[in-house]
Amino acid sequence: MIQFSTWDILRNLLFAAEWTILLSLVAFVGGGALGLIVLFARTGRSTLLRRVSILYIELIQGTPLLMQLFLSFFGLALMGFDVPPWFAAGLSLTLWTSAFLAEIWRGCVEAIPRGQWEASSSLAMTYFEQMRHVVLPQALRIAVPPTVGFSVQVVKGTALTSIIGFVELSKAATMITNATFQPFLVYGLAALVYFALCWPLSKSSQILERKLNVAHRNH
Amino acid sequence: MAYVFDYAAIIPYAPLIAKGVGITVELTVVGGVLGVGLGIACAWARSLGPKWLRPPVSLYVEMIRNTPFLIQLFFIFFGLPSTGLQLGEMQAAILAMVINLGAYSCEIIRAGIEATPRGQFEAGASLAMTRIQTFRHVVLMPALQRIWPALTSQIVIVMFGSAVCSQIAVEDITFAAQFIQARTFRAFEVYILATILYLLLALLLRQVMRGLGSLMFPRRRVAR
Repeated sequence: MIQFSTWDILRNLLFAAEWTILLSLVAFVGGGALGLIVLFARTGRSTLLRRVSILYIELIQGTPLLMQLFLSFFGLALMGFDVPPWFAAGLSLTLWTSAFLAEIWRGCVEAIPRGQWEASSSLAMTYFEQMRHVVLPQALRIAVPPTVGFSVQVVKGTALTSIIGFVELSKAATMITNATFQPFLVYGLAALVYFALCWPLSKSSQILERKLNVAHRNH
Repeated sequence: MAYVFDYAAIIPYAPLIAKGVGITVELTVVGGVLGVGLGIACAWARSLGPKWLRPPVSLYVEMIRNTPFLIQLFFIFFGLPSTGLQLGEMQAAILAMVINLGAYSCEIIRAGIEATPRGQFEAGASLAMTRIQTFRHVVLMPALQRIWPALTSQIVIVMFGSAVCSQIAVEDITFAAQFIQARTFRAFEVYILATILYLLLALLLRQVMRGLGSLMFPRRRVAR
């Protein structure tokens, strides 16, 4: 029987962590792009678009991520599409991220004083020009810390994709446990790898919040 | 090939789903109550407790907040038995949820406690209240009232997290859904049903928390 040293276990976990990072990046970038579209719909002037985007956000925030994963993995397969686990994982995490980011960013957009909207509309700017030149540059400053903070949720969310069979850090930990019968060590190490990924993000979110708040304190 | 929906295939499994709803509710209620209790204790320790208690509590909070619930659950269910602590799946699930919610609610409640003006402590002391009385009446209750909406959202998130407990064979809604899916191959129907059930439970939980809030805080103590 092959013996696994602690280093073997850690090396394999780190190898699998690459997929956790990659999936997090895909979800964050894709979710950010889609989230921006949802944000425009949510804060825009069309009542229909606003209602649709509210429904979208409520549905995604109001149901477990695991159910969304199952629906896209098993559900789409039954509709006749051939869905590999990585696609279902990427798709549902992207949708999930977009709903949360859109809602976070909406808060930031609404924190911009109404006078800014009135001033820019009196300059005959269209909605997109207002967002592009007046509101978003100011909202960005408030939006950075919570966005970085949410990225931690995305990294942790990728752990669920192991349940539909996507091999990332959690799935690798389960597989290594099945081979080594050392769950305490393996899951402990996996937790440490997640901690090493997430803690810098949490910390930088806190530091950014303190730093970027300086300009706001004296208003 | 067009897919034909067939919800009738699920009907024979209704008792299994009903049991699943019961288990999910049980997990949420027990985990929620104990978790918020742990959160209050940790928030006290981190903001008002003795100095030596703060680093270990901070470490606990940071460790839990920066690792996925799935790994925490597996660590407790599969990992702890090797140290001699054997837990059933229900106990492991509840322990994991309490530990998880304890860390998150600690941070939320601490934010509420730290928003208490200093004068309130002094006012409590000048009314000859003991430290415990001051904490309970002057600090904690207004703090809870301040952060009640955030706490509600966190408990809803924990309820969604409880779906993961199906992976250690806790027979909750997700477990029932996976079981039925494996038997009938009616994945779309059964997962849509499960999703709707979670949606309804979340709405119900928000209502219950709102009712509990107005019961616990009959007067508006906090000037907003």
